[in-house]
Amino acid sequence: MSATAIKIDDPNVFHLEEEPHHEEGSSTMLGFWLYLMSDCLIFAMLFAVFGVLGGNYAAGPGPKELFDLELVAINTAMLLFSSITYGFAMLAMDRNNKSQTLVWLAITGLFGLAFLGIELYEFAHLIHEGATPQRSAFLSAFFTLVGTHGLHVTFGIIWLVTLMVQVSWKGLIPANKRRLMCLSMFWHFLDVIWIGVFTFVYLLGMVR
Amino acid sequence: MSADNKDHSPESHDVDHLGHESHNHGSFRSYMIGFVLSVILTAIPFWLVMTGVLPAQATALIVMAFAVVQIVVHMIYFLHMNSKSEGGWTMLALIFTIIVVVIALSGSLWVMYHLNTNMMPTHEMSGMGS
Repeated sequence: MSATAIKIDDPNVFHLEEEPHHEEGSSTMLGFWLYLMSDCLIFAMLFAVFGVLGGNYAAGPGPKELFDLELVAINTAMLLFSSITYGFAMLAMDRNNKSQTLVWLAITGLFGLAFLGIELYEFAHLIHEGATPQRSAFLSAFFTLVGTHGLHVTFGIIWLVTLMVQVSWKGLIPANKRRLMCLSMFWHFLDVIWIGVFTFVYLLGMVR
Repeated sequence: MSADNKDHSPESHDVDHLGHESHNHGSFRSYMIGFVLSVILTAIPFWLVMTGVLPAQATALIVMAFAVVQIVVHMIYFLHMNSKSEGGWTMLALIFTIIVVVIALSGSLWVMYHLNTNMMPTHEMSGMGS
């Protein structure tokens, strides 16, 4: 044991004698960004699956028979509005205005719920028409990709409500600000993924 | 890991309780610019597909180009991406992710397209070995 012990004054030791001091949460934002990048890879795989299987209708209905672009446009608007209102919540947070932050967060949550509601309505409509995930490879890939995005939005809303409770109890303390910044990245990231979804699944499906 | 000391010069007066420079959350103006650009970049592809004023090939190309531009707009105005945040590590992670995504997507589509073409039931058997 003592033979392997490192002497600090040994000239060949290359580590710092003292660990540099890291403030609590100083690496949270970078860590969360890395999580988002790994999440991005999940979606990349689902997009690849949809790209490969998106044309296999198995003699079933295709995008032109199934998709209602006006509904998708409304859905896209909901998500875009929720993005800008979350931005306003962050600006209110910067001004340390607790009540305004909460109001903007609530509006963001409502837009998120509207998005989810429209998506669930669309899914129910498709399944009612017999376009279930079991119908064809195209529909399996479609439901997996869009459903995974919807699941992310669902968890984002749960997280949003949790943060609203925490902010209303403890105020805009540094820990809560950090959490709000993480959710901000998550929420805008979901909007970025949705750009890919409405472009490659809905719009390109219609012109294919 | 960046173990080097962070810049605690008097200029960085935005040091908050977390002990690092406060993140750039953008301004009302930058959010509005991003929002207006996003609305335009969303409305035009939807309009093109819904009205079908252009041939399908051209529509598809324009729609894809607009999606790429809108993703960049979101990255800059909503996610506040720049090459300096977290000492450049977020940008490095993003570039790495984009490379992996491009390899995975193009590789999957390329391989599966050729697999499909070569496995077509109506395809000539002589074409199989090529």
